[in-house]
Amino acid sequence: MRAGVALLAGAVFGLGLLISGMTDTSKVQGWLDVFGAWDPTLAFVLGGAILPMIIAWRIAARRRQAVLDGPIPAQTDAKITPQLATGSALFGIGWGLSGLCPGPAMASLGFGGWQGLAFFVAMVAAMIAQPPVTRQIATAFGRGG
Amino acid sequence: MLDWVWGLAGGLMIGSAAALFLLMNGRIMGASGLLGGVVDGSRTGAARSEALWFLGGLIGAPLLWHLLRGAPPTQLTSNIAVLIAAGLCVGFGTRLANGCTSGHGVCGISRLSMRGLVATVIYLLAGGLSVALFRHVWGMI
Repeated sequence: MRAGVALLAGAVFGLGLLISGMTDTSKVQGWLDVFGAWDPTLAFVLGGAILPMIIAWRIAARRRQAVLDGPIPAQTDAKITPQLATGSALFGIGWGLSGLCPGPAMASLGFGGWQGLAFFVAMVAAMIAQPPVTRQIATAFGRGG
Repeated sequence: MLDWVWGLAGGLMIGSAAALFLLMNGRIMGASGLLGGVVDGSRTGAARSEALWFLGGLIGAPLLWHLLRGAPPTQLTSNIAVLIAAGLCVGFGTRLANGCTSGHGVCGISRLSMRGLVATVIYLLAGGLSVALFRHVWGMI
């Protein structure tokens, strides 16, 4: 049952990305291109995506338990860290450069050709490398973890 | 039909998928966290298998669409250096920041998370700056 819901959620997410235009890199780069031919579509995508989740968090606050058991993740650490800022900036640069963020990168694997695969392989490699590389940098600057 | 109608409809689907995953399974629908946790081995047990099912649907449904209805439009660059550099930035950055557009943007902002809001403002600004520089200043993309 949990597996089925996960599969369904993934499929709806993927089709939503496709229908909304998030897998079309020219539309994403058009949204980020405020000094060029700006494309406002993605504001509707983000707005539309946030609406059901506002309702979901309200329900979650009352229930605290997921329907299929297990706790609903609580809001924990609210600290704005250098990692959050640096990571988001780096992500934004790559997003603008390619027009792909992680969800659409996976959703377009089925039709993105070798270009989509090359991006995906590089993204996965960096995801695997991130924890040890960050530890190395922290050690080099004399700060643990 | 108008682009914004499709954008809104697709957006509602994205948010509904996130709501379903949260309320039914108690999981946050963050694409970079789900994929990253699987590939770096930090997600184990049920969390890992559910992430794998989710990723299967995320990759499989658009693939099925492609097979049945033809390839959806996309304009990915064929510049291999740009693809690899962008992939590295997105992979490393989202794991360092612990979230991307779906996690920080959709799931974070909707619960008024300050971290989600700050992350979203930063990656939007960085993305805008990136397109401005690489497209209009250096003419690379």
